[in-house]
Amino acid sequence: MRKLVSFLSGLIFGLGLMISDMVNPARVLAFLDLAAIPAGAWDPTLIFVMGGAMIVSAAAWAVAARRREAALGGPIPAPRQGIDWRLLTGSAIFGVGWGLVGICPGPAIVGMAVGGAPSLLFVAAMIAGMIVYRLFDAALARRAAA
Amino acid sequence: MNPDWINGLVGGALIGAAAALLLLANGRIAGISGILGGLLEPSPRDVWVERALFVLGLAAAPLVYMTLFGPKSIEIARDPALLAAGGLLVGFGSRLGSGCTSGHGVCGAARLSARSIAALCTFMTTAVITVWLVRHF
Repeated sequence: MRKLVSFLSGLIFGLGLMISDMVNPARVLAFLDLAAIPAGAWDPTLIFVMGGAMIVSAAAWAVAARRREAALGGPIPAPRQGIDWRLLTGSAIFGVGWGLVGICPGPAIVGMAVGGAPSLLFVAAMIAGMIVYRLFDAALARRAAA
Repeated sequence: MNPDWINGLVGGALIGAAAALLLLANGRIAGISGILGGLLEPSPRDVWVERALFVLGLAAAPLVYMTLFGPKSIEIARDPALLAAGGLLVGFGSRLGSGCTSGHGVCGAARLSARSIAALCTFMTTAVITVWLVRHF
């Protein structure tokens, strides 16, 4: 059952990205291009997507706050504490990559079926970046232990 | 064709519903970079399979969409160097920062996590600056 829920959640998430057109990098870049506001060429769609998603998500958190366990078992994850250099540096780097191409991880995976070779290249590079992170993290841990 | 903002709101609500389902049923955060990155790390078999199925659902979504609503195309950069650089930075940065638009944005910021709000403000700012530099210089 947990496996079916995982698949369905991914599927619904992906349908949301398709319907909202957030799978389309041009659409995302048109939102991030704030300099286009004076010319009237700015695309605010992403705000509606984020707003719609966060309202439903916030409602789910309100329900979750009154439960100790998830319906199919396991704890409701507690929020992590502490704003550190990893959070801020990582987010800053992620934002640069997002701004360069207009693709973040969800739309990258969904986009594979509609974006052809450029989409596949982006996903390959993204996974490579995640592997590089693992090596970097392991190197930091070794240095801290030494 | 619906106005863009209605499609945005409906699509966004579906994204929120997907995150709600994963949270309330499985007790998991619908953060794509965490789920995808988790596949590259050692984990219990059940956890790995659940993550893989979520990613499979994401990848299958366009096929379901196109069956229901017809073909869809996107406008994406063509320059391989740009795509590779963007992908590397997105992959590395989202893992170092423990999340991306979904985990920090849709999930974390919606529960008013200070970490997620800080992350959201940071990557929105650097993304806007990057687009500004690329398009207007």
